[in-house]
Formats: sequence, structure tokens, C-alpha cells
Amino acid sequence: MIKKCLLSIAVAASVVTITTGAFAAGGHIEIPRNEWSFSGIGGQYDKAQLQRGFQVYREACSSCHGMNRIAFRNLAQSGGPEFPEEELKALAAEYEVDALPNDDGEVSKRPAVLSDKFPLLYANEQEARSIHNGALPPDLSVIAKARGTAYSGSWYWHPFAMLSDIFNAYQEGGADYIVAVLTGYKEPPDDMEMSVGMNYNKYYPGHQIAMANPFAGGDNQIEYQSTAIPSTVKQYAKDVAAFLSWTSDPTLNQRKQTGWQVLIYLLITAVLLYIAKRRVWASVKH
Amino acid sequence: MNAHDDTYQPNGSISKWIDERLPIMRLMHGQFVDFPTPRNLNYMWTFGGILVFCLVTQIVTGIVLAMHYVPHADLAFDSVQRIKRDVNYGWLIQSIHAVGASMFFIAVYLHIFRGLYYGSYKAPREVLWILGVLIFLAMMATGFLGYTLPWGQMSFWGVTVITNLFSSLDEIIPGLGSSVVTWLWGGYSVTGTTLNRFFSLHFLLPFVIFGLVALHVWALHVSGQNNPTGVEMKVKSDGVPMSPFAVMKDLFALVVFVMLFAWFVFLVPDYLGHADNYIPADPLVTPAHIVPEWYFLPFYAILRAIPSKLGGVIAMFSAIVVLVFIPWLDTSRVRSTKYRPLYKPFFWLFAFTCLALGYLGAMPAEGSYVFWARVFTFYYFAHFLLVMPIVGVFEVPRKLPRSISEAVLKEPISEDVPVMVGAGGAPAPAAAAPEKR
Repeated sequence: MIKKCLLSIAVAASVVTITTGAFAAGGHIEIPRNEWSFSGIGGQYDKAQLQRGFQVYREACSSCHGMNRIAFRNLAQSGGPEFPEEELKALAAEYEVDALPNDDGEVSKRPAVLSDKFPLLYANEQEARSIHNGALPPDLSVIAKARGTAYSGSWYWHPFAMLSDIFNAYQEGGADYIVAVLTGYKEPPDDMEMSVGMNYNKYYPGHQIAMANPFAGGDNQIEYQSTAIPSTVKQYAKDVAAFLSWTSDPTLNQRKQTGWQVLIYLLITAVLLYIAKRRVWASVKH
Repeated sequence: MNAHDDTYQPNGSISKWIDERLPIMRLMHGQFVDFPTPRNLNYMWTFGGILVFCLVTQIVTGIVLAMHYVPHADLAFDSVQRIKRDVNYGWLIQSIHAVGASMFFIAVYLHIFRGLYYGSYKAPREVLWILGVLIFLAMMATGFLGYTLPWGQMSFWGVTVITNLFSSLDEIIPGLGSSVVTWLWGGYSVTGTTLNRFFSLHFLLPFVIFGLVALHVWALHVSGQNNPTGVEMKVKSDGVPMSPFAVMKDLFALVVFVMLFAWFVFLVPDYLGHADNYIPADPLVTPAHIVPEWYFLPFYAILRAIPSKLGGVIAMFSAIVVLVFIPWLDTSRVRSTKYRPLYKPFFWLFAFTCLALGYLGAMPAEGSYVFWARVFTFYYFAHFLLVMPIVGVFEVPRKLPRSISEAVLKEPISEDVPVMVGAGGAPAPAAAAPEKR
């Protein structure tokens, strides 16, 4: 029966392949996958990488992109970049936020403290667009979850690719996308007509992106404290993508650790229940 | 098989006192301890209990989430982020609830296909089956409403597309469709008002489901469970008491299911969602592809396969409504597909059709995707409207065992086993094993 069923599926599959093969591959731009310390079923964030990523964000992204859902205190939390609290207090003080209204109802500015969130960069969307030539730089708090990679292979491998992603716990599509876009700035092909103010990007959908290359200065644009880490555009992209993965998913470390405790607990319970079930049913043919 | 021995013995004076006034413990004991279950059930019969677990999980996590969630167009997206970041274990509760919806549908689809394969909808279980279809409908409504609440791009545009479908009713009675849509939205476009009422309904419907489930279980306990042979329980030895036999098996299956659940909750929580839903809803920007949650994809494919809007809507709803009529569309004399050589390949073709429609629903409606969506939509309906009535008439079913006991005890490894519950005999291989030819 199973054989017959498989056979009929195979026949149906081959018919569909022949007719759809031509267009199945088109459409999506393939985003290369990277290796991440936090990928897979047991991966965890690399604290040093998150700290470098924050540096890249500060120097290359933060002038246009806000991070309004992140509080300064988050940068000290375990499972994150874990900056020392004193350092963060000094950092927060560099930002200004609205103070509470005084007795006359006037709102003045005060330096930010740990419990404050990163302040908004723009008063509203219109202001942001007018500054940026009509484009709106998105807030980066959850950007790594709001982006992803699309499957670009043939349809008959698709179910296997899905199973493989579930089995390997692939959740780093957003980080891979960020690396691809940040390193995808190239000269446009000769036959491509670029709109005014747009930049060619190999991986951005439609290949025209309003954002200028944040690493236009090339390698060595950002000075890392550690000389052991290569100071290259690719490294900047990976570090900032790791940092933005953390801002999107700050509980990943705890989630995966708890997850394994839960799974092992369930596995033991399942084994015990199976033995109990066998004993209960031992006297009954079924 | 509802009439069975009552073994309830109230121990202690308080139990006796209650039993004389409200014999609820006696009722529960009769229905969930003594209740006879066929001895040959396979693991496909464990999804009923698993689904109760799913419903309770969704209600419990949902109530906690509702304590922190804010159903307001400007605040909803950030309130979900706040739950995931700042509420104690909010990341876990939110993840269980979001993944739980998908797990609920995985279990319900397996449960439905089990019913289809073993003919569990046939007399005397028609009402049981129809209640199941109503539960499925209520689940789809709840899932759809719930996906609105994070107020991301897919939430917003999913609501816009699906509620807009009702405007096609204008083609039947001018003005009817647009009135319905305005009424659903609470205005002339999808706004925070829509979100607020969807939240209210999303909170209400699970309790409606709970009531329907109670009726479903009641109907089940009147007719008794079907089983892989499709032959009713006739003698006492055909069944075993629900506790501990079925209960232990269900518990084991439940824990295995929860392991799959936990894998998604802890290791791939966003796999079953869509990245666009992490972009706050923006009425001015339409996503490149608007796709519903995976569990709606087969019906979405049917909707888009029909060239007219009204036709598509009718086809999509008919795809569910047709399930109500299956008990009368199926003309077969036997229940279980195990004994139906002619129908069996059609059943698997139907299963493949549903998977294919699911795949096509996720693809853009263009090129040969549309062609194949039409082919499979045709078969989806043909299976119920043509195959089920016709095959049943012409098919010569394989010989049924005279009773469940006979089906179980003819296994070659048996020696001289008395046909009695609780009698000796080696544990046989699971009854679910493919039959030998």
C-alpha cells in the first residue's frame, strides 16, 4: 500500500516537474547563509560580538536608524552584550530625553538614564522622509525578525528544505539578510537604469536601495579595540547583524537553555510513560 | 456501547453524601474510567485527548496574554514586544500561544484525516462528525482573529483581504456585501476599531469551542468510538475500560506531541509565522505577497483558483461546508478504508491534493501555479461529490472480521488466548501495522 502510494506521488511529482520546472527557479534572490554562534539547536550569543555589533551600530547606523524598543538597561542584561553598568550610565547620559513637566507645565530635556529607551530620532515619519530624500529608515529594534530569506530552489525539494530548517532550528534568516544587504553594494550593471538617489544592491529586492552604503569607507572604517578581529566590511556586517539579532530576540540564550531542560524532561517522561503503557497493556492483546 | 457496568464506589462519607445529591463523580467515573474503548485503537486515536490539551493550553496562555496585551492600533504591536521583553516569562507564554495555534491545527488535521480514513463519520456518528466540522470552523475563525492581534503587516493585510471577500456579496444583493464589510470593520476601513472588536471576539470564541467540544465528547460517548476495523463493539471482550488502558496510551502520545510542541516553542518559535508580521501595520504599504497562516493555505489556494471573486468565496466556504454532507455522500457499506481496495488510492490522492493545495496557497497566483491550483481544487470537490458516492456503489469491500476480538486475536503469534479482557497473552504488535496481504 505504501509502495503504491509513493509510486503515485512520484508519478504526480514528475508530471508537475516537467510542466513547472521552467519557472520554479525564478523570483527570489538567493541570500547566502552564514555561520552564527547563536544558530542551530544549541547556539548562544557571543558577548564580544554583540559588543562589537553595538559599536558598529553606533558608528555606522545610529545617525539614521533608531532603536526605540531597546532600553539602555537591556545592554547590561545577561544573554546580551552585558556592558558594565557604569559604562552604560555614561553612555545613556550622552542622550537627551524629555523630562516630566515642571509645575508650569513646561517640558525640558534631561540626560537619559538606564531605564530610558533609545530616544526617537525623528519627531514623525514626515520629518524622517523629508531628511532622507523621501525614504524612511526603519527602526532597528526588531529588524532581524522582520526580514528573512526565501527559499529559491525547486518545488520538489521545498518540503525537505523545510524539514531540514525545522530540524536544524534555522532562525537566522534575518541576520543572513542583513549581512547580504550590507555587503551587497556593487556597481550597477551597464544595462540597468538607476533612479535618482538610489544605490545598486545585489541582494535588495529590486536591486535599488535608498540607503547609502554605511561602510563606504571600506575596511578599517571602524576601529575595533581587539586586533584579533579582522577589521573588514564583512566582519562589520556580521557583527552588527548579530547585535540586531539580539535586539530582536533578547531572550534567545535563556530560551534555548530552558528548551533543552524541557525537552530532556519530556523525553524521560515519555520513556517512563511508554514503559507504564506497555505494562498496562501487557495482558491485553490489541 | 454506552451501557456498561458502573464500578463507582464512593469511599468515605463525604463522597457518599455528594453522590446521593449530585452524582457527578459517578458520571465522570462512568464516562472517563469505566467507559469501554475498542481494544484495537491505534495511535491515530490519541489526537482527541491531544486536542483537549491544545484547547486548554491556548485558553490558559491566552488569558495571561490578555492581561498584558493592549488592543489599540497605536499600542498593540509594542505591547506584544513588551510582553516578549519585559513581562516575566512573557517570551515563553507568547511563544506557547503563537506556536500553540499551529500545533492545534496540526492535531486537528490529523484527527480529521483519521476520521476520513476510518469512516468515523458514518452512521451512527453523523452528529458527532458535524459537531467536529463546527469546531473546525470556530477554530479557523479564532485563529484568523488571533493573527490580527499582533498588528503587524500580515495581520493588517490579512484582515483587509479576508474581510474584503464579503464585499463580493454585492454581486448577489447590491449593498449587502459592503454593508457586511462596514459592519465587520466598524467603519470604512480596517482600523483600531476593527482590532478592538476582533480582540473581543478572539476572547469569546474559545469558550464557544469549549462548549462545542463538550457536545462532541457527549456525542462520542453515546455512539462509542469507531476503530480501525470499522466494526462496532459487539461483545464485552471487544473493549477495554478507558482507564488505565486508553488513558495511558493517550498520555504517552500526548507527551510525544508536547515534545514536538516544545521543539517549536523553544528552538524555532518564528518558523511558522511570517517575517512581515514583525513590521508594524502600515495601511499605506502593501506587502509583496499577502499570505495567511499555513493552516489556511489549502483554502486560500481554492479561493484564488476560481477566476471570479464571488465564485472563489463560495468555493472556499463550500470546501468546508461540503464536509457536513460526507456522511450521506459516502455510499460505502463498510467504514474503514482498510477494507476498501478501490477507495484507498483515492483517499491518498485526496491527502496529496490537500498538501498540494497548501503548497500552492503559499505561492504567488501566477503561471502554472494557478493551473495546478485549479486541477487540485477540482479534485478536492470531485473527491467528495463524485468519488465518494460512486466508488462506494461499485466497490467490493474486503471481508470484514466478524468482531474486533476476531480481528485482534487472529494474529499469528497468539496461542490459546481466551477472549477476555485482562486475560493473558503476549503484547501484540500495534494494530496500526499495515495489514498483510
